[in-house]
Amino acid sequence: MEHKPRTIEVESESEHMHHVTPPSLYYGIFAALLVLTAITVAVAYVDLGWLSTPIALLIATIKATLVILFFMHVRWSTHLTWVIVLGSFLWLGVLFVLTFSDYFSRGLPMN
Amino acid sequence: MTVQAHPDSSHEEHHPRLQHHFETMEQQHEASQLGMWLFLVTEILFFGALFLAYAFYRWLYYDAFIAASHHQNILLGGINTAVLIFSSLTVAMSVYYSQTNRRKGLIVMLILTMVLGLAFLGIKAVEYHEHFEHHLFPGPNFQLPDAPGLAAQAQMFYVLYFFMTGLHAFHMIIGLGIYTWLLIRAMKGEFSSVYYAPIEIGGLYWHFVDIVWIFLFPMLYLIGRHY
Repeated sequence: MEHKPRTIEVESESEHMHHVTPPSLYYGIFAALLVLTAITVAVAYVDLGWLSTPIALLIATIKATLVILFFMHVRWSTHLTWVIVLGSFLWLGVLFVLTFSDYFSRGLPMN
Repeated sequence: MTVQAHPDSSHEEHHPRLQHHFETMEQQHEASQLGMWLFLVTEILFFGALFLAYAFYRWLYYDAFIAASHHQNILLGGINTAVLIFSSLTVAMSVYYSQTNRRKGLIVMLILTMVLGLAFLGIKAVEYHEHFEHHLFPGPNFQLPDAPGLAAQAQMFYVLYFFMTGLHAFHMIIGLGIYTWLLIRAMKGEFSSVYYAPIEIGGLYWHFVDIVWIFLFPMLYLIGRHY
């Protein structure tokens, strides 16, 4: 019943119903996320001056990217999904850039 | 061009879960996935506004934020990060087991995910309890004995802390509700390699909540604290 023949897809380039991600890849991503968590905790105890925030955010961004690409299967999703995902971060960027350019141009913070 | 809602019978018997406005299960699955991502965009901006408020006040009240974040429990926060990452793995595995028609594995993964979600909330409750005991909840009883001069500004850190982690915990509770529903349906044997969109989409939600925590952990526990 599960093995009925697939519909012939004329326009779709993909031959498979959906991409089945092998568990070994999931385990690898899981291990990478744990290692990155350990690194970010360890780095918090080292005096890196102003670099500590950018490094912590960089590690968090790498972790989030791994989750989005592999656990959330965006790596194998349609181009339209990619546009939506990237678009969301574009809007987030607009939110931050416009807000902070306003505050900076008004000379905040006032000391 | 004639538009037909269903592929005709000579083509293929359609799946009972295929809704009439879709041509194939694959198309339906992709539409669900895309719709979920559109919802997640609104969620990213929803949390994004709080991240923005955090960034602004951290910049404005830098010393107070550093002093306040020294009262955070890195050990419990770190354990909770690992718990959520582990739950993301079980969620990913639940998709794998539904794609490969293994109902038992699917059910085990859904239960494990819920257990890990509850563990996260339990640890979070212990942390909240600690904060209340140490007078770190914003309000008239707020105290910062090691830096009393910064107490007023440090309250802002804890306003954002409770708001962000509270909203995050609220999302976890909703996630547990969704997973209860998925578990019931999985036990009835409703999912298969052809129809598993609810498992996939519930998973997208859970992973999103995990991603929010991946950012909250360094922001609220780590970057103020050092050496």
